[in-house]
Amino acid sequence: MANIISDETMEYVGILAKLELSLEEKEAARHDMERMLDYIDKLNELDTSGVEPMSHIFPVDNVFREDVVTNGDDRENILKNAPEQKDGAFKVPKTVE
Amino acid sequence: MDILDLTAVELGRKIREHEIRVVEATEASLAQIEKLEPQLNCYVTVAKEQALKQAKEVQKRIDDKTLTGPLAGVPMAMKDNMCLEGLPTTCSSKILENFVPTYTAEAVKRLIGAGAVILGKTNMDEFAMGSTTETSAFGETKNPWNPAHVPGGSSGGSCAAVAANECFYALGSDTGGSIRQPSSFCGVTGIKPTYGTVSRYGLIAYGSSLDQIGPVARNVEDCAAVLETIASYDKKDSTSIRREDCDFTAALVDDVRGMRIGIVRDYLGEGLDDEVRDAVLAAARVLEEKGAVTEEFDLSLVEYAIPAYYVIASAEASSNLSRFDGIKYGYRTKEYEGLHHLYKKSRSEGFGKEVKRRIMLGSFVLSSGYYDAYYLKALRTKALIKQAFDKAFSRYDLILGPAAPSTAPRLGESLQDPLKMYLGDIYTIAVNLAGLPGMTVPCGRDSQGLPIGLQLIGDCFREKNLIRAAYAYECTRSYEMPDLAKQAREQEVR
Amino acid sequence: MGKQYETVIGLEVHVELATKTKIFCGCSTEFGGAPNTHTCPVCTGMPGSLPVLNKQVVEYALAVGLATNCKIHQYCKFDRKNYFYPDNPQNYQISQLYLPICHDGWVEIETAAGKKKIGIHEIHMEEDAGKLVHDEWEDCSLVDYNRSGVPLIEIVSEPDMRSADEVIAYLEKLRLIIQYLGASDCKLQEGSMRADVNLSVREVGAKEFGTRTEMKNLNSFKAIARAIEGERTRQIELLEDGRKVIQETRRWDDNKEASHAMRSKEDAQDYRYFPDPDLVPIWISDEWIARVKERQPELRSEKLARYQSEYQLPQYDAEILTGSKHLADIFEETVNLCRKPKEVSNWLMTDAMRLLKEHGKEPEDLSFSPENLAKLIRLVEENVINRTVARGVFEAVFAENVDPEKYVEEKGLRVVSDEGALRRVVEEILEKNPQSVTDYKAGKQKAMGFVVGQTMRAMKGKADPAVVNELVKELLER
Repeated sequence: MANIISDETMEYVGILAKLELSLEEKEAARHDMERMLDYIDKLNELDTSGVEPMSHIFPVDNVFREDVVTNGDDRENILKNAPEQKDGAFKVPKTVE
Repeated sequence: MDILDLTAVELGRKIREHEIRVVEATEASLAQIEKLEPQLNCYVTVAKEQALKQAKEVQKRIDDKTLTGPLAGVPMAMKDNMCLEGLPTTCSSKILENFVPTYTAEAVKRLIGAGAVILGKTNMDEFAMGSTTETSAFGETKNPWNPAHVPGGSSGGSCAAVAANECFYALGSDTGGSIRQPSSFCGVTGIKPTYGTVSRYGLIAYGSSLDQIGPVARNVEDCAAVLETIASYDKKDSTSIRREDCDFTAALVDDVRGMRIGIVRDYLGEGLDDEVRDAVLAAARVLEEKGAVTEEFDLSLVEYAIPAYYVIASAEASSNLSRFDGIKYGYRTKEYEGLHHLYKKSRSEGFGKEVKRRIMLGSFVLSSGYYDAYYLKALRTKALIKQAFDKAFSRYDLILGPAAPSTAPRLGESLQDPLKMYLGDIYTIAVNLAGLPGMTVPCGRDSQGLPIGLQLIGDCFREKNLIRAAYAYECTRSYEMPDLAKQAREQEVR
Repeated sequence: MGKQYETVIGLEVHVELATKTKIFCGCSTEFGGAPNTHTCPVCTGMPGSLPVLNKQVVEYALAVGLATNCKIHQYCKFDRKNYFYPDNPQNYQISQLYLPICHDGWVEIETAAGKKKIGIHEIHMEEDAGKLVHDEWEDCSLVDYNRSGVPLIEIVSEPDMRSADEVIAYLEKLRLIIQYLGASDCKLQEGSMRADVNLSVREVGAKEFGTRTEMKNLNSFKAIARAIEGERTRQIELLEDGRKVIQETRRWDDNKEASHAMRSKEDAQDYRYFPDPDLVPIWISDEWIARVKERQPELRSEKLARYQSEYQLPQYDAEILTGSKHLADIFEETVNLCRKPKEVSNWLMTDAMRLLKEHGKEPEDLSFSPENLAKLIRLVEENVINRTVARGVFEAVFAENVDPEKYVEEKGLRVVSDEGALRRVVEEILEKNPQSVTDYKAGKQKAMGFVVGQTMRAMKGKADPAVVNELVKELLER
């Protein structure tokens, strides 16, 4: 069945993904997403009842770190690529109204 | 003798025996880069001064015998999604154009420790999303066999650089075929190791559960030597696996007698180019003649790998790429009103079309109400695909098939129809879903002279089976180099 | 006759765990420090960095779960919670949604209304966010990632509470349990314990819950009580007006005693959780659970009983002392040093409590060392200083953790018991106050008290009272 993605959904996904597409980009993205979803719907042909979702391919567990401080002050490096900084912190537009 | 005729391991030997100086080899690579880059654009960044400085330092350590490994002094290149301290790491994206990491990827650290000379960072599809290296923000890379064609992707820069002698070997990364498919298109050898074999620390993630770093080189021996160096347990990567069997060069044995090889019948049907099919089957016959037992079989579920892959990879990518927001590093838009506008504008201007498309798709499939239908369904499909491989490997030591349905398409052809481009990954993607090792070796050329690649797939942790079969096959052939690379070497440096 | 309403409250309590390092990297969790000096590529979300789980976080979460009667998901995982905000460097928080480490537990609380069980829906592990400081000068915000990646557990209760009293009793219970386990210091003001209140109202007798709101930014028990009252009133007013309560997150402003909605078009509250592919699952074996149970320190009820039997303390004193893990720790360590439980208890119960109250502080804030309290007790016992002086010295110990021995020497506070010197002082006072002698001889005992008092004052409290008494008596009767 053909998937139809509404304007509202495109707008909503844009908010989630923090992307602002131009009108032209949006139409192209919508078209591609609809086609991809049609294609992904192919998975519904498969009977997966009783199959556990496999998020990790190998049964590896319990990878831990001991609670020991290994890092020192690395601020200079951490801020090196900041677009804007002030007083040793990352500068961003005001976050409260 | 021309230095550029040597493989990485041969060069390493001559450097150790003091027949060739590291600086000479580095200068030879840099000269080739200078001649061919205007045509091919394999590199995003060439680190000329740094490479020459490193060459001198490595030479000293070889002279005082602190460096004795097979790759000491051999100039190489790395894909631009692996961090290298002090050099821009862009993922071929505008959003990371000015990002200079202050740390180095673990796999690269291991190579540096083994005496590698780093020539530069190679071009790729933006954030490794693509199969042609055309989605790079810094221009497409061209195929050294015919510059009107793509090199494949996403590790197109690494594979083209190896084919064009612009380095002796390179590192690539493979999320859905990004080492194996461009290796096939460029006529070089590449390995995607078992998931967890090479540390992902410092590799900028696309699909974390699928990404693996691997070698691209001129032959099987070089690949084995590089993989042996970069494979290691890393406590900084929780998905890294402790392995005792990383002596991959031990598998360089010209003997496949008794090896059971399954040929995937589902990979040979509709959609596969006739010339590719013939070349792949001919390669299977060569192995059979050398004593392997081959048999065609049905793997099943082949057509479900791509949809499952695009759900999982896009979902993970939408989350992995959310850190690029113009706050801590990378591109920040010039004008904005408030925080959310800053996010949206920086990301919309910084990311290319294909990346935005996948982030949108990934955000959608994870959004409220769709998680079960898409994401969990894809993870269940992944479990079934793994079972299908497990079944196959109960009967075969390795699986053989093509790496791609065709040889390299012409530039500009693929991006017109993304879905068709995605379908081009049909033979490589399932391997990533199942965490398996896969490998491409050249097995001929088509009527246009473009290379064809043979793909070998092993059970997890069975890279040695791949290397042994690939090596035995390679022993029956000689390495082919594109004319472009040969001609460039005869030119004077301008 | 108006309708009767019932308040239904559930809590989400965040507790910062007392680990030395962050949950996924080897950066220190120490408080303070200049912005971004406790950071690394992992806790600032640098590209290519990867998380590795701190084992101690699992140990603490497990200990809290077992002490609150929870079941354990022996196979558990971390998920990513995706949302954009600058204090969250990856723009996703690593948390647990699908398989939280602990679930279905309870604690018992006691209020004036009696005893009651409060259900715990789940406890999950997650990472804290960084800190945003608003810069008024430049009208911008500054991000400090020192707190980013500090381990938290979130304890989600069932909607089992019906009043602010129950909420406070529940929080105090949790705090005590967690402090006793050593899993956190649980300071509300410093933010190492934070509570979000989910509240709805319904008519008494109704079966269905009303629509709830979530209240954030509550950093004292008083603020919590006020916010509950404020939100209850707001919701009832809405319903009485025939309007609806909207499910939303509200921020409490304790100065204005009012809350406002935190909603914006850009907060879709659709977190797109999925299992974090960078971390592997956790498998908690039966042996591991048994080990944590075995190591479980003495909890309050056991301590309470022991203080009465071993130290012979009255029940009331034992209750006060064990009411704070920190206070109990100071008590026990001081007793270990000086072997005078009754004496230590007195100092803590009277002087320490009085000073805390005067300064508006809590037992958690006590900052002097048991060594110094023990020294003070020894000085009194050995009669180096008298009790009156000792109380002054205690104030200095309380305020600045001074060494009482040095302090007494520096300030010259030693008791004067040199009879010759005291005799001269008493004689001088008697000379100036001949009436006292007359009064005493006329049988007025009070006169003696007056002379003793004058002498002590002249000695600035440092005289040995016994010696003074004897001398005064002798000289008056002369």
